[in-house]
Amino acid sequence: MKNMHTPIAFTPAPLVFQDEALAEIQSMVRACMQCGTCTASCPNSFAMDLAPRQMWRMLLFGLKQEVLESRTFWLCSSCYSCTLRCPRGLPLTAAMAALKRLAAAEGDAVNRKKALFYQEFMQNVEQNGRIQEMGFMCHYFLAMHDPLLPLEYGPLGLKLLAKGKLHLGDSTQRGRLGPLFAKVRSMEEAS
Amino acid sequence: MKYAYYPGCSLGTSAEEYDVSTREVLKRLGVELSEIPDWTCCGASAVEPVSRLLTLALPARNLALTERECPGLDMLVPCSACYLNHLRVGRECATDRALPGRINEALGAEGLSYAGKVRVRHLLDVLASDVGPKAVAAQVSHSLEGLSVAPYYGCQALRPFALFDDPEHPRSMEPLISALGATVFGWDMGGRCCGASLMATRRDVALVSVAAILDAAAGADVIVTVCPMCQMNLEAYQSQAHHADTISVLYLPQLLGLAFGLSDEQTLLDKNLAMTDALKGKLRACEAASA
Repeated sequence: MKNMHTPIAFTPAPLVFQDEALAEIQSMVRACMQCGTCTASCPNSFAMDLAPRQMWRMLLFGLKQEVLESRTFWLCSSCYSCTLRCPRGLPLTAAMAALKRLAAAEGDAVNRKKALFYQEFMQNVEQNGRIQEMGFMCHYFLAMHDPLLPLEYGPLGLKLLAKGKLHLGDSTQRGRLGPLFAKVRSMEEAS
Repeated sequence: MKYAYYPGCSLGTSAEEYDVSTREVLKRLGVELSEIPDWTCCGASAVEPVSRLLTLALPARNLALTERECPGLDMLVPCSACYLNHLRVGRECATDRALPGRINEALGAEGLSYAGKVRVRHLLDVLASDVGPKAVAAQVSHSLEGLSVAPYYGCQALRPFALFDDPEHPRSMEPLISALGATVFGWDMGGRCCGASLMATRRDVALVSVAAILDAAAGADVIVTVCPMCQMNLEAYQSQAHHADTISVLYLPQLLGLAFGLSDEQTLLDKNLAMTDALKGKLRACEAASA
């Protein structure tokens, strides 16, 4: 009986959330009560393999790889219906964007390819200060290595050309955002 | 009334008619615009999937310029994505104390800093709340009587922040449409997402939304939008959405310009991709009736 009062040597369990990128997203959805309002409000849920409600739960269980194998977060069109309606007030649209960042950094080749659209867009912004729609789409086509992709845009391209809307765009701000991009990059690498 | 004007990138290229009609209509309404000098891209909806800090630093740069170059003025933004990006800076800084410091550290790269004083306003908010339907009605020389107009608000002007309209049941365009003599087409698709950039990354999915919106607009003469991305998605992909009848999709200030009797160079209707003969006929009938 004496032993009962002897302090037990207690080794703290290893921290569960060593994965900072995952922990950031988990903190955004921690209070999810699994009501499913997000799924019911999402205009694109019909095309998702994981319902948003399911995905939040899986993230909280730490099933990062399983979530990164799904295409759900790539189908978010940032309409903010889920964020508006979430009874817990969770930033669900921002969590979808955070998952896109995570998938670009840690995901497989499929995920990295899906991230190209956003990365090419921002590279164009960094170079030109103001996005040049046509130059961006041309770079995107090249980066995707899909010879059929530009053909899909053929009809739209011709329509825009006919309306005088297919031009190089504003180059007055070229290079203007270089210092800000560089600074943000160094701050993000440091943190 | 005077505002600091942030046109955004689209309005300089594919949405030129939105820029020109906005400037012309506001001039007629006695609203003065001062374009923010040296403005740059806000990152649109592509920046958040790339960098969290850049998501706030890019619009903060424009806000800092506004604060310094246009002190005391609200920032007027016609594009809904630009609007939300700029609006978010203040909203997120209010809930995260470390954020203003980080944003200003980034802006320091250019010797800028932002104190959080700029109020960000959507063009629709300014037209509906500051100008108001009475002042709009006073400028109408060519009543649009008999024209059925479906108001399309899209997403980011309404959500997630409910500032000037009910995000579930938006109505803010209705008094403006009525002020022109036109009829408001009753539907519940005004706040339904158009698919946004999924049109580039997952067109099959975006086309489902576009088809649903266009189908619901059957019976209206024209859809009116306040966002260049919504306008492009609803207008440019009608045949791919297997939509039988084409319908014109105008920007709200273009519709105002028609009722104000502005010139073709001021409304730039010929820049729209889907200007239908049916709408042209209706507009001629309106003109004949009011002449």
